[in-house]
Amino acid sequence: MTGIAILIPIALAMGALGLATFFWALKGNQFEDLEGAANRILIDEEDPLS
Amino acid sequence: MNLPARLDPAGEIETVLTVPAMHCAGCMAKVERSLGAMAGVTSARVNLTARQVRIAHSTSIAMPDLVSALSASGFASQPLDEDLAPPPSAAKPLLAPLAVAAFAAMNVMMMSVGIWSGADGATREMFHWLSAGIGIPAIAYAGRPFFTSAWSALRRGRTNMDVPISIGVTLAAALSLYETATGGHDAWFDGVLMLLLFLLGGRTLDAMMRDRARAGVDSLLRQAATGAMVVGKDGKLEWLAARALLPGMVMRVAAGERLAADGVIAKGTSRFDRSLLTGESAPVGAGPGGDVLAGTLNLDAPVDVTVSAAGTGTALAEIARLMESAGQARSRYVRIADRASRLYAPAVHSLALASLIGWLLAGAGMHQALIIAISVLIITCPCALGLAVPVAQVVTSGALMKAGVMVKDGSALERLSRINRALFDKTGTLTLGRPVPDARMIEALPADVASVALALASHSRHPLSQALAEALAVRGFTAAPLESVEEVAGQGMRAIWQGRAVALRRPDVAAREGFGGMATMLDISGDPARLISFADALRPGTIAALARMAAMGIECSILSGDRSSAVAEVSRTTGLMAQCAATPVDKQEAIARLQSAGQNVLMVGDGLNDGPALAAADASIAPGSASDVGRQAADFVFLGDGLAAIPRAVAASRACMAVVKQNFTLAIGYNFLAVPLAIGGYVTPLIAAAAMSASSLLVVANSLRLVRAAR
Repeated sequence: MTGIAILIPIALAMGALGLATFFWALKGNQFEDLEGAANRILIDEEDPLS
Repeated sequence: MNLPARLDPAGEIETVLTVPAMHCAGCMAKVERSLGAMAGVTSARVNLTARQVRIAHSTSIAMPDLVSALSASGFASQPLDEDLAPPPSAAKPLLAPLAVAAFAAMNVMMMSVGIWSGADGATREMFHWLSAGIGIPAIAYAGRPFFTSAWSALRRGRTNMDVPISIGVTLAAALSLYETATGGHDAWFDGVLMLLLFLLGGRTLDAMMRDRARAGVDSLLRQAATGAMVVGKDGKLEWLAARALLPGMVMRVAAGERLAADGVIAKGTSRFDRSLLTGESAPVGAGPGGDVLAGTLNLDAPVDVTVSAAGTGTALAEIARLMESAGQARSRYVRIADRASRLYAPAVHSLALASLIGWLLAGAGMHQALIIAISVLIITCPCALGLAVPVAQVVTSGALMKAGVMVKDGSALERLSRINRALFDKTGTLTLGRPVPDARMIEALPADVASVALALASHSRHPLSQALAEALAVRGFTAAPLESVEEVAGQGMRAIWQGRAVALRRPDVAAREGFGGMATMLDISGDPARLISFADALRPGTIAALARMAAMGIECSILSGDRSSAVAEVSRTTGLMAQCAATPVDKQEAIARLQSAGQNVLMVGDGLNDGPALAAADASIAPGSASDVGRQAADFVFLGDGLAAIPRAVAASRACMAVVKQNFTLAIGYNFLAVPLAIGGYVTPLIAAAAMSASSLLVVANSLRLVRAAR
């Protein structure tokens, strides 16, 4: 029983952290250009992009 | 200028350009690097989904510098017109509810597993309260898209798919809360949340497809040349947007530029390509006093045109009015999902109500009867039905987009799958709509002569020069170094090459009369003059595409606004029947005639004159090179030159509808099995939710087979 009392808050807190991170990313326009993000990894960064 | 510019303290502004040709990582890198290398540019960031690049730069750089830097690296770009601001994304508002539903469903499921594996007494009660604490706010938040849609339907006295969903979700949540409060045995927050998660997933996919298609089409639409250089009283030139033009103004139209308003030529003589407006392939000459129309392309020489009608007064606007009335027939089409839900929602409600009353009459308690009624509502929830159409259409349009066909919306796929008759415009649709130099003449040129021709042609914006330069560049010739290159308006290009005078000019009157069509003359002093003729060639793959259409049982014919002599040759080569010299109204009537004879008509066209026909037909396709009116009116836009995209789109739409029908069979078959069990009281809401998810996954898996539909 005492194990549950610790583990459940931890599980919920981690889930909530994930959700908060997602909202942060959504607010930061990281979902604006999914196609571009998928392709950007293919760019060879010989000179740093400004 | 109509730039969405934002000034900030450091004297830096932001410019957004659309770059429609950008489509891969290489393009992104090229665009960002070529802009980033410019002095004064702080940052350049591409948005590939919207085909835009956002540039932060100092005020020392003007917009045209950015455009020319991009065109130097091979990308055409346009400033973003603030009138055409991107419409709000349909998918974005769904992402947050989706995430909340996913988070809540997972955590509540964690508690539920504890309860199923034997948690009892105070532990179960605590788990129920925790589930309620997570579930109720999550349901309220994630269910909002459904609640608002259901409410707006109910307020107008109608019902849609969202009504049974909202009622089921609300009732199940309320009953679970009641169970929790009274220390009951079961609560169904997990089932409700899972239901919302799957439904939101389907909605988001559907919205993403529409967003993606719209981004592609929007970036094409923004390419329109919507303005003119206006000559002021003091002789100063000023760029004005088309809507700011007024009758009486004098606009200077360079060779290779499209007219922004109707008018009368005040100065200069040139020929005009009216193919977008009327379908005529041969250019029409006009001198001072001659009438010219908005949307026509000035071919030869700069002219000054006194504006006689602008905006809504032009021949162009007349066509737009025709299109508006033509589009009404199509808006009567009811999408298959809506037809299904019209039958579905009342059936589900009466079924749930009937089982509630039936169990009450049979002597069950209110509590048990309610649980059974809610099970019926959840189990018949049109989850698989709601996914059946959007998933199939998303996968198909994704496949088509990879094959270079952009789909405006899902209903276009449904309408295209039903067509059995196709009408093709000639100029710009069956043919490329631009002059192509005669291949034999090009190949007969000696290499050094060809590179001189390429060098001369590449200095000019004249359509014939551009076509010649492209044809030579494709064949691997490189431009010869020239000195003192100059363009003589209306005459051509002159230069010095290795001490010899060279010129690419319009042919002498005698040569032109002897030949008849479009041609240019290449002079190299010391050599005899060479005539290079141009023709509007058929698109590559036309014959094969038409054969494939015929094999699919679609009867094709030509519906052209061009003269019969010009149509006859294309008609002979393709073996299609043709109707010639059709005005926009004629085209629209021809389609109405076929439709009243019970045929479903596909219109393929590009010009302004095809606009009403494109809007009136059951489905329509336009090439990417079409006028913006044509692209706007069409359901599908195909990129590239080949005509093979058309039978491909038809085949894909038919495959899509076949899968949609299979999906319906799967979803309805599942309901036929599960509903009697639910009414019989053998199913708890949790099993109902699990069964429903399984049927949804089956439908999604079936739809994924369409990945290879666009073949």
